[in-house]
Amino acid sequence: MDRMPRWADVILIPLISLLLAAIISAGVLLAIGQNPWEALRIMVSGSVGSTYAWGYTLYYATNFMFTGLAVAVASHARLFNIGGEGQAAIGGLGVALVALYLPWPHWSLALIGAVVASALFGAAWAAIPAVLQAKRGSHIVITTIMFNFIAAALLNYLLVGPLKPTGTMETATAPFPEATHVPSFRDMFSFGETILFRGTPANVTFFVAVALCVLVWLLIWKTRLGYEIRAFGFSEGAARYAGIGSTKIIVVTMLISGALAGMMAINNTLGEAERLILNAVEGAGFIGIAVALMGRSHPLGVFLAAILFGILYQGGSELGLMLGIPREMIVVIQALVILFTGALDNMVRMPVERLFARRRARAPLSPPGPTRHPPGRDAAPTSTTPAAE
Amino acid sequence: MDWLALLQILDSTLRLATPLLLACLAGLFSERAGIFDIGLEGKMLVSAFLAAAIAAVTGSVWLGLLVGTLGSLLFAAIHGLASITFRGNQLISGVAINFLAAGLTVVVGQYWFAEGGRTPQLGQGQRFEQLTLPFAAEMRDIPVLGTLYAEVISGHSILTYMALLAVPLSWWLLYRTRFGLRLRAVGENPAAVDTAGISVRRLRFAAVGIAGLLCALAGAQLSTAEPAAGFIRDMTAGRGYIALAALIFAKWRPWTALGACLLFGFLQAVALRPALFEQTLGFRIQGQLLDALPYILTVVILAGFVGRAIPPRAGGEPYVKER
Repeated sequence: MDRMPRWADVILIPLISLLLAAIISAGVLLAIGQNPWEALRIMVSGSVGSTYAWGYTLYYATNFMFTGLAVAVASHARLFNIGGEGQAAIGGLGVALVALYLPWPHWSLALIGAVVASALFGAAWAAIPAVLQAKRGSHIVITTIMFNFIAAALLNYLLVGPLKPTGTMETATAPFPEATHVPSFRDMFSFGETILFRGTPANVTFFVAVALCVLVWLLIWKTRLGYEIRAFGFSEGAARYAGIGSTKIIVVTMLISGALAGMMAINNTLGEAERLILNAVEGAGFIGIAVALMGRSHPLGVFLAAILFGILYQGGSELGLMLGIPREMIVVIQALVILFTGALDNMVRMPVERLFARRRARAPLSPPGPTRHPPGRDAAPTSTTPAAE
Repeated sequence: MDWLALLQILDSTLRLATPLLLACLAGLFSERAGIFDIGLEGKMLVSAFLAAAIAAVTGSVWLGLLVGTLGSLLFAAIHGLASITFRGNQLISGVAINFLAAGLTVVVGQYWFAEGGRTPQLGQGQRFEQLTLPFAAEMRDIPVLGTLYAEVISGHSILTYMALLAVPLSWWLLYRTRFGLRLRAVGENPAAVDTAGISVRRLRFAAVGIAGLLCALAGAQLSTAEPAAGFIRDMTAGRGYIALAALIFAKWRPWTALGACLLFGFLQAVALRPALFEQTLGFRIQGQLLDALPYILTVVILAGFVGRAIPPRAGGEPYVKER
């Protein structure tokens, strides 16, 4: 049933939703006595106006790619993984353990080690909710929320207790050894006298995230497992009838999702902080939800949405510096994006669908050729949307 | 453990359980009508902020509660609009509401008061005082029961008593009235309710509205009931989620909700006094473990190892009239 062209679904509707979120955000800024245009200008120049700005924007974007992909993969199986926050925190634990307690000769090996450890730890943290959903029918949303809190308590315990080096006040592990420090953008892109990305946290992990976008695309659309995941998400009953085991799909999908969220720790823990700190995830797990919604759960969409949220995040911190607007303004914008692209999707979709339906109805007789409509249905339906009761 | 310390812990238990209980009952109404509500946290936060802010500005805590209630109801209306009218994803709507509240309370709070998202300190008469129940002073001398009455039951804000009263009231409303029967039916089989000629939409909006109301009371208790004296950023600190946990723990029933919330309140009260616990039990228990215990218990309950928690059948699914 194409009620409207594909481009409208993929581009037009997210854009309208984004516009609505922007309008309300502008309203909030006006209400607190700020000039929205000025705010927009500062956000844009502060997030994309220099390599310094990009160095932060891409760092945040890297975080959001991991968590966005995590939510996206799960949502293809119609699972809502709200536990990215906890999975990323536990992923950080994995990174910290391998970086601190294994001797690494070179950063490239440490990076591989961190990828494996964070993925395993993140996947493990998603495994229990997954098994409980598959075997016992416990709602995965509730269990993953609970696991976020359990992860927070666990890290809180470890970072004030066993993992904290004696004699320090901070709730953090010891700094990772020199050999595990991965190259930052500054190390990679500065030539001779010109130093780019000075003092910014963006690092090689960005390319890991981009590679994962490609891998996830391959997984979802080019492999048998991906097909099974999508089939399961489309219709659980039909998938089961076709011999796709629901337990396997739920567990495997959640393991992949948890691994992706866990790998965020490569960026913020191995790449940036170079030690594990408390609250290292800083809500990125939840932003992953917004990113996946914006990106329509497609890796390319997730990539673009992650960059957009990176811009938003970095621009938002600039707002705080320049205009004294609290950083929480970003949270407001993020909430509005989630609201309009996620929860109020139909509010935008219904009128747009109606518009396209009317246009099609007004168009002259369809050109000769095989009709694409199933028999018994009008060639040009006048009202395709179910009437809002 | 000496008797006085136990009384203190029980007293804090009741105080800490109040917002949990109100939020839990809010979730009960919403989820019994088939609307998942993980936005309890956000609604509490909005109400906590507005109640404290208005109480600080006008000096009237009741006016604060009124405005807080309006704020919470507005957020409930957004949730209803998204999940009932536009048949959106109820979980995502809840997430959005939580973030909207977390962000707006700080942004607006900073604009209004410029105290880093706090509201000004509430003084005498600007908050819900601790009420002394009748005969508390006289009964103090009676051993056990009298002291229990004077120290634990008496001396809470009116919101605590409203919360306790809300339990039998909710039970009566849900199980002894026509409205309650329909509300529960709409969470199990909305099509049947629709067939009977009753508006699914209206019932669900009513449930979401009641949830907004109860969340407003919960939020006001956090910020304006003694000994609290104002709003601080993110002051709900996950209580909305603990309330959800309690709701599952209580298997979506009012009286068991009271028990679950008292249990989780007790855990919080104990976590506040680690030294006492160590002295009583003879070993140290990690505060973080106590923090995590409500969540761990909920997962265990959800896993069905200790009795099975079965949610309302139509929960989370938007109702489409005439497919």
